[in-house]
Amino acid sequence: MTAIARKPVSNKIKEKRTAGEWALDIFKVLFLALVTIVTVYPFWNIFVISLNDATDAVRGGIYFWPRVFSLYSYQEILGRSAFQHSILVTLARTLIGTPLAVMATSMLAYPLSRKDLVGHKFWSLLFVFTMYFGGGQVPYYMVLKNLGLLDNFLVFIFPLIMNVYNMILIRSYIDSMPDSLFEAVRIDGGNDLVIFFRIVLPLAKPILMTVALFVAINQWNSWFDAYLYTSSQNLKPMQSILVEILNQYQTGATTSQQMSAGKTGATVTPDSIRMAATMVATIPIILVYPFIQKYFVKGIMLGAVKG
Amino acid sequence: MNVALPKKHKKALRSRLWDQRYLFLLMIPGIIWVLIICYAPMTGLYMAFTNYRPSQNGYFYDLFNGKFVGFQWFDYFFKNDFAMIMRNTLATSVLTLLFSFPAPIILAVMLNELKSIRMKKFIQTASYLPYFISWVIASNIFLTFLAGNGLINDILLALGLTSERILFFQHGPYFWWIIAIANTWKGMGYNAIIYLSAISGIDEQLYEAAEIDGATRVKRIWHITLPTIRPTISILLILAIGGILSTGFEQQLLMGNNAILNYSDVLDTYAYRYGLAKGMYSYGTAVGLFKSIVSFILVMSANKITAKLNDSALF
Repeated sequence: MTAIARKPVSNKIKEKRTAGEWALDIFKVLFLALVTIVTVYPFWNIFVISLNDATDAVRGGIYFWPRVFSLYSYQEILGRSAFQHSILVTLARTLIGTPLAVMATSMLAYPLSRKDLVGHKFWSLLFVFTMYFGGGQVPYYMVLKNLGLLDNFLVFIFPLIMNVYNMILIRSYIDSMPDSLFEAVRIDGGNDLVIFFRIVLPLAKPILMTVALFVAINQWNSWFDAYLYTSSQNLKPMQSILVEILNQYQTGATTSQQMSAGKTGATVTPDSIRMAATMVATIPIILVYPFIQKYFVKGIMLGAVKG
Repeated sequence: MNVALPKKHKKALRSRLWDQRYLFLLMIPGIIWVLIICYAPMTGLYMAFTNYRPSQNGYFYDLFNGKFVGFQWFDYFFKNDFAMIMRNTLATSVLTLLFSFPAPIILAVMLNELKSIRMKKFIQTASYLPYFISWVIASNIFLTFLAGNGLINDILLALGLTSERILFFQHGPYFWWIIAIANTWKGMGYNAIIYLSAISGIDEQLYEAAEIDGATRVKRIWHITLPTIRPTISILLILAIGGILSTGFEQQLLMGNNAILNYSDVLDTYAYRYGLAKGMYSYGTAVGLFKSIVSFILVMSANKITAKLNDSALF
């Protein structure tokens, strides 16, 4: 309408714009650079220290690149039979626990997505209530003890086969499926099991992948359940070995600070070996990262809509 | 009619149950799980009012054979460590809120301002990497970087901000800041996704219209982006306040040490240390129950408020 009239206005704005936009751009670049550095650099630093010669790394000062390249730390940590075994435990709990959890969680999510389920409100409340209230650690420990789950591999599986939050994610995904799909099967004489296995599960694949991801990451990262509910060396997952190494490092650091000189680092694992162990636990996550992140983002967004 | 109706209903119920037999079949694992893992331990809350001693006679035998002591354990907690533990819990969570609440909002808004889609994707992907790693690894990172000979001290020394190396893990109050920063570091990218998805719902035409009207980018952020995500902001804030007593557990256990225990100990770690590590089962349960009840009230109120705000609460 007023192309001529607008011109001077937008010029004036442009002058005003530069000051504010300059500030915004500088802030933007600084902030985003900071975020990227603090999230990426620690992993890079751990990586280069793990690739450095163990005795040389004690001198410190390794920031961007290994000073004396060596794979010794990886050979050392991967050569320890306790560590090898712990990798197996972690793999076992992740590979067995995840599919079972996805199955059990979706088996619950489908009935609860059916509004016509007898006692629908009661069943929903029965599960959702546990998200907000629980018995606490001591009673839980005693229950596990009385069930014979202490020092038992199943303690890594059974408590984690279900998660109410994940169940709600799947349920709301099923809620969004059109009813006509189920009606068609019912008219053909298919029962609820047929609907569940032939229709619901295949169609819910994206959300099942998301839930599988959440469960698998949780399984991979867990150590406290092993610490609390198991004492056998055979059941220690990788993260537990990392905790042991970390505790050694911490006590080593504290004692060396307190005694200033004296016998330091006698039992302390060298930094580079600690970092190599950390990398062994982190690399698989980074490797699958590109594949899983789209499911991750989807799951959070779905959860945000619900929660 | 009043008499006939229940009868008819009952019959219908029976046939409905039969029709839904496969649905109940599917629910069996879930029901077993919730009864054993969630509800059986809830019965154990009774321990908080007794002198619980485990024996070989089974869970319920032990539970009901402890001497009833009323509120003795609660009394003991309130008279002794309550003030210190609450101070630590609230200090940690308020500091956490101070950092972890605005950080993802700023991150999301700044990412939205980024023109290069590849850069945006890269930074966003990097930002939630810490979310995926365990607290063990995160603690390892923080303990290493904040160590006396760690990178942070190197930087502070090089910049002349300190004349001698700071022992971060030897000063109690520092620990609250460390946990707050660690919590923020780990959760920032995750929460930014929620804000970004809210921002992605903004109609592009709004920005264009504002541009034509001569709004600067700063003004567009202020008048379009932020108002659009305001409901999300308020919901997440309320939920964060609802969870104010849950300020972490693993991170305190992994990064804390005995020298600063009086600062690192929060409700959850305290209940654990007394309840399981020291074997004062009833006392630990009482502290846990106190936390559960207060948390429950806080979360329920938070949920009620968010429900009023946008009708999308869980119940």
